[in-house]
Amino acid sequence: MASLVGSRVERKEDKRFLTGKGRYTADINLANQTYAVFIRSPHARAKIKKIDTSKALKSSGVVDILTGEHIATDKIGGLIAGWAIRSEDGSEMKCPANPPLAKDSVNFVGDPVAVVFAESLDEAKAAAELVKIDYKVLKAVTSLADTMNSEAIHDGIDKNLCYDWLLGDRQKVKDAFDKADKIIKLDITNNRLIPNAMEPRACVIDYNTASEEITCYTTSQNPHLSRLIMSAFGGVAPENKLRVVAPDVGGGFGSKINLYNEEIVCSWAAKKIERPIKWVAERTESFLTDTHGRDHITHAELAVTNDGKFLGFKNETIANLGAYARVFGTVTPTYLFGPCATGVYVMPAAYSNVKAVYTNTAPVDAYRGAGRPEATYTIERIVDKAAIELGMDPIEIRMKNFPTEFPFKQTLVHQIDSGDYVAGLNKAKEMSDYDGFAARKKDSESRGKLRGIGVTTYFEACGIAPSPVVMMLGCGVGLWESAEVRFNPTGQVTVYTGSHSHGQSHQTTFAQITADELGVPIENIDIVHGDTDKGTFGMGTYGSRSLTVGGIAIVNACKKIVAKGKRIAAKMLEASEDDVEFKDGEYVVAKSNKKKTIGEVAFASYLPGVRDEVKSPLPEGDEPGLIESSFFDPANFSFPAGSHIAEVEVDPETGNVRLDKYTAVDDFGTIVNPTIVEGQVHGGLAQGIGQALTENAEYDESGQLITASYMDYTMPRADNFPEFNLGFTCTKATTNPLGVKGCGEAGAIAAPPTVMNAVINALGGREIQMPATAEKVWKACQQNKKSNSEAA
Amino acid sequence: MKTFNYHSAKDVKEASKLASPNSAFLAGGMTTLPSMKLGLASYKDIIDIKKIKKLSGIKVSAKTVTIGATTKHVEVANSKEIKKVIPSLAALAEGIGDPQVRNRGTIGGSIANNDPAADYPSACIALNAMIITNNRKVIADKFFRGMFETCLKKTEVIEAIEFEIPQKSNYQKLPNPASRYAVVGVYVAKHKSGINVAVTGAKSCVYNDSDISDALKKNFSASAIDNVKVSSSGMNSDIHASADYRANMVKVFAKKAVEAC
Repeated sequence: MASLVGSRVERKEDKRFLTGKGRYTADINLANQTYAVFIRSPHARAKIKKIDTSKALKSSGVVDILTGEHIATDKIGGLIAGWAIRSEDGSEMKCPANPPLAKDSVNFVGDPVAVVFAESLDEAKAAAELVKIDYKVLKAVTSLADTMNSEAIHDGIDKNLCYDWLLGDRQKVKDAFDKADKIIKLDITNNRLIPNAMEPRACVIDYNTASEEITCYTTSQNPHLSRLIMSAFGGVAPENKLRVVAPDVGGGFGSKINLYNEEIVCSWAAKKIERPIKWVAERTESFLTDTHGRDHITHAELAVTNDGKFLGFKNETIANLGAYARVFGTVTPTYLFGPCATGVYVMPAAYSNVKAVYTNTAPVDAYRGAGRPEATYTIERIVDKAAIELGMDPIEIRMKNFPTEFPFKQTLVHQIDSGDYVAGLNKAKEMSDYDGFAARKKDSESRGKLRGIGVTTYFEACGIAPSPVVMMLGCGVGLWESAEVRFNPTGQVTVYTGSHSHGQSHQTTFAQITADELGVPIENIDIVHGDTDKGTFGMGTYGSRSLTVGGIAIVNACKKIVAKGKRIAAKMLEASEDDVEFKDGEYVVAKSNKKKTIGEVAFASYLPGVRDEVKSPLPEGDEPGLIESSFFDPANFSFPAGSHIAEVEVDPETGNVRLDKYTAVDDFGTIVNPTIVEGQVHGGLAQGIGQALTENAEYDESGQLITASYMDYTMPRADNFPEFNLGFTCTKATTNPLGVKGCGEAGAIAAPPTVMNAVINALGGREIQMPATAEKVWKACQQNKKSNSEAA
Repeated sequence: MKTFNYHSAKDVKEASKLASPNSAFLAGGMTTLPSMKLGLASYKDIIDIKKIKKLSGIKVSAKTVTIGATTKHVEVANSKEIKKVIPSLAALAEGIGDPQVRNRGTIGGSIANNDPAADYPSACIALNAMIITNNRKVIADKFFRGMFETCLKKTEVIEAIEFEIPQKSNYQKLPNPASRYAVVGVYVAKHKSGINVAVTGAKSCVYNDSDISDALKKNFSASAIDNVKVSSSGMNSDIHASADYRANMVKVFAKKAVEAC
């Protein structure tokens, strides 16, 4: 039987999704359900003076209206930061309380204050307009650069500072800088993004008054974790009385990692009103209240020798947490960011210093790449600037500073097990026809256009685990993953995973690896996820961890199945276990034609009885059945890496940037399904290119989100992209038996610096900040024109 | 969205009769419906005019192109007859919004709404259009009054728009990257009687840039525009484009349009 790992198996999900048969949370309707509408703060910062619901409660169809007072009375807990980060001075981070419904103060536009439950959505909306809330509006803190000098938003959090964190050695960096021929300096912003999952957030809650069980259907990337937080911190119900189901979920990109206010409130309220509740976010609510991404301002310096060797690097960053610290909010700009700050280079000394601050904006949390895009953008932009200032080719300066031996102990934290950065960059150079750039530039110029080329080489730390490490770094839970593999008596296999698929195609990929391990046809394998009542506890999907952690748990559970099956087969075949070999789904006795299929073994495992001539196939000490589980906690993160090269054409008359070519060469170790991996790369690139060229979340001074609709928030579209030119190199990960590395975030990590390096190259090295909108680029062209004519 | 009464008018007379200060005509609904959904507008009566056959269709004569008010953008974009006599008008329609909008949105709706960044108003100005309503004919110059404002009375229904076929014309726009409305759109048309340079997106209402058209009268070439000064005063300024940038783009896109004429 040919191995399925590495083949373009058609997606099992396609039939369901492409024919509109997906079952999303909003598709679920329960008998007698009520409709929830949340009343949200229209102000970025205010005190709540009074809430008057009397008129609204009398409005047609209203079942109940609940506020922060009710939440407080019932002692329902709030939302939490999942990682405890310590400041450089050893002090603990400072986090404000984040109640599910605001009681005393609101801290961003969209902060929920009250909720209306009514017989219909229209009635709920009409009643919501009748709720009177008196606010005392306060001056909002919205400018990231000025936050620490502004009035404290939260009581007791001086300078609005959550922590002032350091990774690295300041003295070593100072010594390195003292020896440098040249110091390259760079000030950049990493623009704020809104994740924009296609499916808005939603929840549908059922409450069984007899069993006192709450079922929460929700749009989550990690239902088990949501249940844990809702139970342990929210106090909504004990875990055994709480079932969280995340059915088909239409994209998350990190924004659906968090348990949100609405799920806690509706789960708690369903019990209170003894009615099912349905809540579906409108798109405006998604813009306002889904966690946002990025939003850093950074000053970086790179110490170099005249021949382009890197000596040291420092990175001073202010990271915006938004109004509250959420699950991955505090770790994204620290341990997911700092360790990657030195990129793929040998860097003798480095430090990252991050000040994370609170502002009156939506909470900022993990968004595709989470910390690593910000780190990669910084190092890759400053390396390009170094190349410009030293008069070197951007490929040459990178090659000069690559590690050539693996494992490679990277400066700040990571021990990178495998990689070949030289091979990746050489392949990208060839695939992009780097040497033909000069001719293409000439052609562009003949048409009055500018052309630029940009290079990025990146690595990232993903497959977020291992538990001992992440817990040491401040994570509140271990980040292993679970799997259970069940053989049914008639030979099909059901695999339960603690990962969650919201677009990643686990049903296909995980079935491929199971088919390879067990030798069972892929049609007979089903992957089950997303229901806390079905599988064992799991940690969910984010940080490109599903395959490298969750997939390996499946492999390990399959290996246990095969081992038990071997004991049974040996008994059935009346052979010594040592003589039985398992291959392609069959147990074969060496040097004989005696064999049993794994299906026959599974069937036998469920029929252990003894009757007449039939002997039990179960060896002594073995229990009936063929079901095994595994919890996998890898020895390390996985470290994909790659080289991306982009070319842009700029119209200096208008400033319009056209992305003309994009080549991505990535090393994801073993590739299980090339089609799915290519899709992941395409999606990541689209989001990364969006960040570089079009996307930007903007608040005005009063804290209103100006880009709260698709009329103003520029999502990139298909016509913003060229055909992507993808290539792969492969060095297998040594930290897992499949040799796989994460692939989901790479595009979003590598694309922003690649595209911006190309734009800045087209602009003759003149710096601009993301996104490279037409006006910004046009202004840079005008400035170039002016300085050229002054020079002449 | 608040509840409202829905009426489907069988003819223009009925539509007009149903109209009140608290009503809206519905054609493509590309602005009306989102405004209602977002709570920015609410009406007691919605009067659907899509089923009035007379209001839809394209007629081409020797000197004019007449387009019925409920004719969809996609129909204008694909019209072979229009492509033959005023290709720039078909191209303008092809560049509105996205396929969904072009398959629903109508020319009459676009003109009645008079969004400062809409494409069609510039075509009306450039092509000396006559707006034909159920009780009068108004020349485009007098029709568009200001931001989202026209001379239409509440009970007045646009029936058709009659465009003058120019000797040469072209429309060029810098689309808003998010909405694809015009940040700046310039429609240049050379008629026997004169030259129009209609600009949309730049100010609160579409206008005819007489400085550029004067320059083009002397010399119909892109280089003739080089020395024209376009002031940024009165130009729109938003997160997508400053007034200064818009002023510069008026020139750039006027030149592009002249070059493509």
